[in-house]
Amino acid sequence: MNPATLLLLMVAIPGASTIFIALSGAHPNRREAVTLIAAGLLFATVAALTLDSWGGDPISTAPWPILPGVELRLAIEPLGLLFGAVASLLWIVNSIYSIGYMRANREPRQTSFYVCFAASLAATMGIAFAANLATLFLFYEMLTLATYPLVVHKHNAEAIRAGRIYLAMLLGSSLVLFLSAVVWVYLLTGTGDFVSGGIVARVADAPTTGVLLALFVFGIGKAAVMPIHRWLPAAMVAPTPVSALLHAVAVVKAGVFSVLKVVVYVLGVDHLAEVGIGSWLVAVAGFTVLAASVIALFQNNLKRRLAYSTVSQLSYVVLAAGLLAPLSTVGAALHIAAHAFGKITLFFAAGAIYTAAHKTEVSELDGIGRRMPLTMAAFAVGAFSMIGLPPTAGFISKWYILAAAAEGGHSIVLAVLLLSTLLNAAYLLPPVYVAFFREGSGEMHGEAPAPIVVAQGLTAIGCIALFLFPAAALDLAWRIAGVVP
Amino acid sequence: MIADHLPALQVAIPLLAAGICAMLRRSVPAWALATATSLVAAAISAWLLARAASGGPISYRLGSWEPPWGIEYRVDEANALLLLLVAGIGAVVMPYARRSVAREIAEESHPWFYASYLLCLTGLLGMSITADAFNVFVFMEVASLSSYVLIALGRDRKALFAAYQYLILGTVGATFFIIGVGFLYVVTGTLNMVDLAARLATVEDVRPVVVGIAFLSVGLGLKLALFPLHYWLPNAYAYAPTVGTAFLAATATKVAIYLLLRFFFTVLGPSFPFAASPIPAIWIALSVAAIILASIAAIHQAGIKRMLAYSSVAQIGYITLGIGIGSEAGLTGAIVHLFNHAVMKGALFLLVGGAILRGGDMNIDALGGLARRMPATFAGIVIAGLSLIGVPGTVGFVGKWLLASAAIEQGQLWLAFAIVGASALAVVYVWRIVEAACFRPPSTEEFAEMPISMLMPAWILTALCIYFGLDTSLTVEVAGRAAALLIGGAAT
Repeated sequence: MNPATLLLLMVAIPGASTIFIALSGAHPNRREAVTLIAAGLLFATVAALTLDSWGGDPISTAPWPILPGVELRLAIEPLGLLFGAVASLLWIVNSIYSIGYMRANREPRQTSFYVCFAASLAATMGIAFAANLATLFLFYEMLTLATYPLVVHKHNAEAIRAGRIYLAMLLGSSLVLFLSAVVWVYLLTGTGDFVSGGIVARVADAPTTGVLLALFVFGIGKAAVMPIHRWLPAAMVAPTPVSALLHAVAVVKAGVFSVLKVVVYVLGVDHLAEVGIGSWLVAVAGFTVLAASVIALFQNNLKRRLAYSTVSQLSYVVLAAGLLAPLSTVGAALHIAAHAFGKITLFFAAGAIYTAAHKTEVSELDGIGRRMPLTMAAFAVGAFSMIGLPPTAGFISKWYILAAAAEGGHSIVLAVLLLSTLLNAAYLLPPVYVAFFREGSGEMHGEAPAPIVVAQGLTAIGCIALFLFPAAALDLAWRIAGVVP
Repeated sequence: MIADHLPALQVAIPLLAAGICAMLRRSVPAWALATATSLVAAAISAWLLARAASGGPISYRLGSWEPPWGIEYRVDEANALLLLLVAGIGAVVMPYARRSVAREIAEESHPWFYASYLLCLTGLLGMSITADAFNVFVFMEVASLSSYVLIALGRDRKALFAAYQYLILGTVGATFFIIGVGFLYVVTGTLNMVDLAARLATVEDVRPVVVGIAFLSVGLGLKLALFPLHYWLPNAYAYAPTVGTAFLAATATKVAIYLLLRFFFTVLGPSFPFAASPIPAIWIALSVAAIILASIAAIHQAGIKRMLAYSSVAQIGYITLGIGIGSEAGLTGAIVHLFNHAVMKGALFLLVGGAILRGGDMNIDALGGLARRMPATFAGIVIAGLSLIGVPGTVGFVGKWLLASAAIEQGQLWLAFAIVGASALAVVYVWRIVEAACFRPPSTEEFAEMPISMLMPAWILTALCIYFGLDTSLTVEVAGRAAALLIGGAAT
């Protein structure tokens, strides 16, 4: 098939699946089959495109002009391919998990859940393969709106309040700061296209670049750089598959992806290094890494603890982007994938515990590892990846970020990363410890339903596989950094 | 050739139909006549726009009297777009009207309602098409007087008070306008806009002109509800019958804005450059105040129509802000947003009107259960609401993008922040509707989806909210040429 058509299919497959899912609302089996088929097709499309784009001409769809000089267009580049591949792969696993979770917990409004999920994936694919800022912005906002019904899924007062925070922070930051930056870039350059090396180098002086960077970093609220992070813990009221979507598959990944994309392809790594304004980005991100970890330490609610862990881990990516070196760009890109697999495993496990044992607090986990050994083993793998221990994916990405920091002589950054590693261990290992080595209260329950166990097993294996076979991901990551291996 | 007389027919057909309508005694024939007339008017306006776009301005001499002695109708791309907007909104609203009017207005008043609507249409089309300053005033009075009737026919007794308020302030506005025109006439001795522009260049004593500009600004400011002259608008929109609200909200203030553009740029522009006057600074300040304060006011309204009305004041602020920026990009943004706002506010008032009709209550809190029981209406409200916020992919985004980039182009970054920042306020008031419709328990009485004859027109406008958000070749290109035309003055 024509590669440009494949590119359109990326958005069209999940987009069209919303209609079929909605139409089969009365037949749960058919509805969920549609979801799985769409997820499988999407991943196959990404895989086909990955093979297609290897070394060939740049692939792009025909532009769709919306305003003079502003057009919608999809194109392929390595970072988007990495993000798209991770998101589409995890959609399959997440759908398997959702089927187990939503049925076991008898969640209401399941059809609208699957519809919104597919719509979110369509938006995510649009973000991953956006060829310019306008397209990225369009799908970025679509993703916020498509995930809103998922966040308020429970329709109770707490969920509605969480939905308000979610919308206010995400739409507020993007419509005010992000949009201003986008418009400004179009005015400065006459184009918003993502070009290797950036596009503003010749037209933006140091102060302008600095303001633009600030507008982008705080305007892309999905990256959850403090103080634009509150929406993420608030959204924890949603069902666990939604948390997985937010934390691993799409939303926050779209955030750090967009930041990375802007730094690499719009502002330009070299240009940022030249005007010397990477340091404040590193400072803000470093602060977020540590502060969020400290907050996580004091969360008793398991999902909230994981949420703050996400805030902290996301800023690894932002921090790595701010280091402005090829090695750190590789680390940032890898960390998007590594964190996705690790965090989705952790959330799956948390949801499995809720489903099987109805427990949500860390203090209730004593001895649960004996009754749910598979779940807690998966949790341990995810935790190892967060901390950055081998044999998990987190080790590799952290290695590159550390290497970049060491190479650039950023001793403070090294200290921040090491301290945060200790903090990660301090808040993620205790749940594992108490689960396996403390006596439980002797409640009778076993593992969660099979789809849940299978899904979390797959993502845990993914964490390890990414450590053992990092070649493909590394190859893509080096291409992002502009080094063709 | 009949085609040569289309500029006159654009106004004459609705006027004639209004007279016939007033003599009819039954509701359905009156409605049919009004609908047919609106469709014909829309077709004529589309033809005029196509002609003006391809062949340049069309000049029509009424009764074959040469301007500047006779009245000239002059159609260029600026007012052709407006004619299409006014007549197009009328053509979409009228099919909706039959069921809506039947529910909201006493049976014996129906022909009066349709006659007033047709007169209002006549007035608004006339104001847009004529090139004679005094003729503008005449049509302004036709439109105003008939719109007082449209508002007063609302079923709530407060509609009478709202109409009275509008009557007083509208008359003050029209009077200020005609005094302003008078001053210009005193120094030039002509009323034809092209002639005025030419003769103003030779005026030596500029004081009367300056006074005239002041009167014109205040008069038109009242008519277009520029903050803080918007006092009449929320009540008028809240208590008028749904059809009246949707039609007036989408068109009446827009025509006043067009007149402002015409006078400031075509008539006065060549000799009294807008940018060199103190007006832009005042306008920008008032517009920013409108955008922010009216949005905050909208957040605090309990009634849904009042909330949308305050949102209109804020959105008008966007348009006047574009005018205040004064560059060609700013004017383009203003004209595009003028068009787009008419589409989305028309859609919203029609949809909300349907919801009120079924739910029977004007309060936002009474919308409970709407999402479940009227899903098509609710989906429309969400889409049009997202347009109001300015989410990409909708018309609202296009206008905000153009205005923000016009502001940045002028080096006024803080204005761009005000433009996009108010979107965050719009999120708050739009989401009050969404939350009420989704999460509030439904009222006890049963209600179901709007009848198709009402849903279709509402959804046509809703679909246009998306269409013009993704394909801007009509709006932005015509607006861009119209802006160039206005800035360039009336020389051609």
